Amino acid sequence: MLSLTLKEAVHKLRDGSITAKDLCEKCIERLNKTQQLNAFITETVDVSRDSAAETDKRRRKSKPMRWRKLEGLPIAVKDNFCTTGIRTSCATTMLQNYIPPYTATVVQRLQDEGAYLIGKTNMDEFAMGSGSVDGIHGPVRNPWKYKFTSSNLENQQTKPIEQVSMRNYHTSTDDWHIAGGSSGGSAAAVASGVCFGALGSDTGGSTRNPAAYCGVVGFKPTYGMLSRHGLVPLVNSMDVPALFSKTVDDASILFNVMAGHDVHDSTTVTDEFNHFTLPDNMNIKDLHIGIPKEYHAPGLSKDVHNAWEEAADMFEKAGAKVTQVSLPHTQYSILCYIVLNCCEVASNMARYDGIEFGHRAANEDSTEELYAATRHEGFNDVVRGRILAGNYFLLRQNYEKYFAKAMQVRRLISEDFKKVYASGVDILLTPTTLTTAPTYKWFTERDNRTSSEEQDIFTQPVNMAGVPAISVPSKLSTDGLPIGLQFIGQNFKDKELLTIAKWYEQQVQFKQLNLDYLDNVS
Amino acid sequence: MAASMQKISSHICQLCKRRYLTFSYKRSSSNSKSKPWKSVVGLEIHAQINTESKLFSGAENKFGGPTNTQVSLFDAAFPGTLPVLNKGCVEAGVLTALALRCTVNKVSKFDRKHYFYADLPAGYQITQQRQPLAVKGHVDYCISDKNSFETKTANITQIQLEQDSGKSLHDEKDRISLIDLNRCGTGLMEIVTEPDFSDGTDASAFVKELQKILQTIQTCDCKMEEGSLRVDANISVHKSGEPLGIRTEVKNLNSIKSVSKAISFENETRSFDNEIDETVPMRDKEVKTDYRFMPEPNLPPLHLFDSESVKTVSSKMSVINIDDIQQKLPPLPEDTRKRLEQQYSLKRRDVAVLVDNSGLVDYFEDVMRLSPTTSAKLVSNFIINQLLGVLNDRKLTIYKCPVKTEDFGKLIDLLHTEEISYSTSCKVLDEMFEHPNIAPEDIVDQKDWRQISDTQVLTNICEKVLEEHPKLISKYRKGKLKYLHTLVNKAVIDSNNKANPRILKQIMEDLLDNK
Repeated sequence: MLSLTLKEAVHKLRDGSITAKDLCEKCIERLNKTQQLNAFITETVDVSRDSAAETDKRRRKSKPMRWRKLEGLPIAVKDNFCTTGIRTSCATTMLQNYIPPYTATVVQRLQDEGAYLIGKTNMDEFAMGSGSVDGIHGPVRNPWKYKFTSSNLENQQTKPIEQVSMRNYHTSTDDWHIAGGSSGGSAAAVASGVCFGALGSDTGGSTRNPAAYCGVVGFKPTYGMLSRHGLVPLVNSMDVPALFSKTVDDASILFNVMAGHDVHDSTTVTDEFNHFTLPDNMNIKDLHIGIPKEYHAPGLSKDVHNAWEEAADMFEKAGAKVTQVSLPHTQYSILCYIVLNCCEVASNMARYDGIEFGHRAANEDSTEELYAATRHEGFNDVVRGRILAGNYFLLRQNYEKYFAKAMQVRRLISEDFKKVYASGVDILLTPTTLTTAPTYKWFTERDNRTSSEEQDIFTQPVNMAGVPAISVPSKLSTDGLPIGLQFIGQNFKDKELLTIAKWYEQQVQFKQLNLDYLDNVS
Repeated sequence: MAASMQKISSHICQLCKRRYLTFSYKRSSSNSKSKPWKSVVGLEIHAQINTESKLFSGAENKFGGPTNTQVSLFDAAFPGTLPVLNKGCVEAGVLTALALRCTVNKVSKFDRKHYFYADLPAGYQITQQRQPLAVKGHVDYCISDKNSFETKTANITQIQLEQDSGKSLHDEKDRISLIDLNRCGTGLMEIVTEPDFSDGTDASAFVKELQKILQTIQTCDCKMEEGSLRVDANISVHKSGEPLGIRTEVKNLNSIKSVSKAISFENETRSFDNEIDETVPMRDKEVKTDYRFMPEPNLPPLHLFDSESVKTVSSKMSVINIDDIQQKLPPLPEDTRKRLEQQYSLKRRDVAVLVDNSGLVDYFEDVMRLSPTTSAKLVSNFIINQLLGVLNDRKLTIYKCPVKTEDFGKLIDLLHTEEISYSTSCKVLDEMFEHPNIAPEDIVDQKDWRQISDTQVLTNICEKVLEEHPKLISKYRKGKLKYLHTLVNKAVIDSNNKANPRILKQIMEDLLDNK
């Protein structure tokens, strides 16, 4: 049942061939069996059971009723989307026990269509990271090639919200692979079959990166298509609510439920959103695919390179025009991204002072000391480092040198994309990451900044330009880990992007991870 | 001294009108001792926008609500909340800009200004540092005292929209700080002037005019005592002919009087203490605060349109058309002054008094409308010199004046046609306040106050007085003209104070000269 796609699950729930309760129990069971992945910070199994029961009750009612688009479907939400009455920690001490009084628009829209929350997923603290290893709840483990130890599977009971906190995640001696990040928990949750779709956020690649590493679809829509209201911000001008799913069709279904103007977010597009479904057949002959030469970066693994080449060949063979293109300012993107990221982080983190909400230190000798102690205790080194750097970049004497300059280069990067598309290219094809998921051991030997630079190399220019992009699983590497390829589309042509991604997905027939064997472990 | 200092410091704490200060210091050269020191004053005025809700949130926007009851999640900076610009605030800003004859920027932008303060929950204030709503305006205002009357022009540098902060209350004794976020996020218009004012009187005259303008267009209620209009003054002292010297900032001036007083007393950045009427140094540690300005990423640039450019807008979203707002601009105080001067041939000084007192112009014009033949000059004089006084004595505003304009006109008619004397008219006015339902002519009749203007009656009275005082006649005729006055007075008394003094005097004079 858990191998179904979201689309299939929705159908079966609707026609009554499965009940919401059965589906819910299956998902909770899988959730329990995969505890070691540490994908969830907060599990909401009680909420899930109530919602599923509600769905089944709706079905039993004799009166005809509107069967909502996602009726009875469990979804996971990254722990930086606010959820009324459910802890939203952003994996930081600062918000460790923060229970928001409101729900993020995108979550609300999913719930309004009948989906329910199975849990809040693990991440890097305040989404600052690319491995999902830098949160207070410990690292997320990639379910691919993960050796579940049966002793840990026994007697797993679902825990009420309050009791879920730090898990014993340092026990495994085997060196496992990271899930990628910062939305690693959501990626792992979908990959391991706990839910049919999940929300992540994507500021520099935080959804596409873990999607590639975990062998699922990761879709970052055009900036402004999905409301950021209720998403705890990292970099406001780049943050986009993004989604994980098993298939491109599933991504499209979730996107259509969430997209459109939100009065609470002035940066969402005001034009009316036209709902769409993706065609099953697509004529690839009129398509012009661009291969940006700058993405042949040092460190690109042979496996990923091969997968990229094969994909290009596949399009060419099907009749598409495939040409090499240039995005000349790509090389400057990562540095500018870091500057802008730090500046907005410094600004956005200023509100965490322990006065209105969140962690408050015991030191109340003076307001200043209270601030200092609260912020020292509440933020990890990565967050504090970025705040320091950001404030430095924003100083009056530095503003022109760093922030203004980075904004100028950002415009050039954006122009790069526009020019390529203006020249007739429909879509760009690139790798999502340099390699497959690295091991935790390898990854943690590097500092957060170095790994962010490496991990975000192919993904962050997209956020600088605001264009939509999707990571689609391509194949397994020689050592059996998933490889993701990235399609980069044009602003507000999300449908076109998804359509092409779907065509590619149909061709490669990537085999999802199947953890059904866990069901038989007692 | 110690006691007084302590009082000062706690007073400052209770004010705590947010804001760290920046100011630049320039040393002035101190030669040319002969020349007198001159001060140059520029103002920064924060006017709270008179809208139902706040600048970026839907929270209610009223003065004096119970503590922390008008706070949205955005106002308290809850994570994930975003600013949504209140269209009403923008319209109020544009209307104000037009009233101050500013150029409204078709595109303006919002910035974040960072500083840590407990009543600023986000750690930054959203303001318009780089591209304000409007620039380059001017305001004509009147300065008057007993001896002079003058019209001057002040130049407006810019108007920007920004958020107000909350309020902190520091309890020094228990060492706790209390925060009220009701005010946090209220829309402010920061109005910055050029350094055009020469002294406190000058600056306060401008602030008064600005108050009247904002009250006329209803974009701010301008209650300085409630903090809805707050004035900061930048003062430079220099010797005439030399560059401007040390710039000093005086903050928190919350009445017209304190504006005037404070500017006459300052040296470095000061907080003005109302209780001791002196300025005291404020937060000098903050001199080097760097606000680390940054564009506000959650608000797209604010686009404004005119009737031409609005045609190109396809979006269904509501747009703001500057030309439409221009149409809504009511006559401003200066417009009214000019019109009254021309229409009624009144003196500018009198007109200024009418315009200065809210409601007086309407009252005046209503009187003139009901009695078009009445002398406008007489009406305005009587309003300014008598009616205002009675109202003040009775602690009434013109809006609560029991005397109907129709009756007031009749009273002026009685005075104008010399049915009653000027002194009687004052007594009648008092009666009219007591008995607003009795018409003035009825009061005059009941009290038998009607003036005697009949020349025959008056001649008889005069002749009788002259008969009784032959010595005074001879003294007068010997050239002691002051005895005319004595004789007239006696005649007035004989008439029971009812004689028309003008005619009586004429008759008396004629009788004396002709006999």
